[in-house]
Amino acid sequence: MRAAVVVFPGINRERDMSRTLRLVSGREPSMVWHADTALPVGTDIVVLPGGFSYGDYLRCGAIAARAPIMDAVREFAEKGGLVLGVCNGFQILCEAGLLPGVLMRNTRLKFICRDVYLRVERSDTPFTRGYNAGQVICVPTAHGEGNYVADADTIARLEGEGRVVFRYAAPDGTRAPEWNFNGATNAIAGIVNQRGNVLGMMPHPENHVETVIGRTDGRGLFQGLAEHLSSAA
Amino acid sequence: MKAQVTVTLKSGILDPQGKAIEGALKSLGIAGVESVRQGKIFEIEIADSDRAAAEAKLKEAAEKLLANTVIENYHVQINGSVG
Repeated sequence: MRAAVVVFPGINRERDMSRTLRLVSGREPSMVWHADTALPVGTDIVVLPGGFSYGDYLRCGAIAARAPIMDAVREFAEKGGLVLGVCNGFQILCEAGLLPGVLMRNTRLKFICRDVYLRVERSDTPFTRGYNAGQVICVPTAHGEGNYVADADTIARLEGEGRVVFRYAAPDGTRAPEWNFNGATNAIAGIVNQRGNVLGMMPHPENHVETVIGRTDGRGLFQGLAEHLSSAA
Repeated sequence: MKAQVTVTLKSGILDPQGKAIEGALKSLGIAGVESVRQGKIFEIEIADSDRAAAEAKLKEAAEKLLANTVIENYHVQINGSVG
């Protein structure tokens, strides 16, 4: 795994992310500055971490989505390269048009910082091969704008094409409004693009990878990615 | 010349902030408020002296950055005298 973590002004999860990538893959990821125009040669996955790029000014992720490096990220994705966006990274991918829809203000207007349960909807993607379909994982979340919204046609297409990869659920995997804490349409927590090589998700799997933290539910995502990339290489 | 770009949420898009403001107005006893939708206004000074050119640039700005057309509409208004 030769990961490139993109660093935008105002993000704050890039070190957590790079620590996890290093832990799982044994290789130090490259940190790529937003003003750069190229990704390091040999990059096989680009990660947009969480935080508050540009202070969430204008709309979350809107300004970062227009940063110089994003042309290179777009080109990388168009060639089939894997792109993972977490939290602010998901918002940036939506604003950049790499994923459909938008992350709106949580319906109850509160910034929510706590562990949540996600049902893994499919295990046949590079991002979820470390899990079983239907498995429930517990990972932290921390956002004020995570309420996924798209027009009815887009939602129908996402659902029809099986592109909803993670959904907010109860600990037993059932769906209920009280577990869809941010009000996201269809309890959507993470989606992939049509080709399946770009994933955006609001919660933070990178923060549940070490037993010292108490849970390791997020590790499967990175372990799966590492296996996918080593088998592809 | 001076211009304003107004960005508003499309109808049908839930606006929890607008709802909270609506609730606050009602609790202040301001009668007759039926609904509130929150939006943004950008006041922009643009060097062009040609109105049509300025309008085209502002529309480009709105499409590319100021509005997210998935959820928002925008309106460009150019003020003041030309030239």
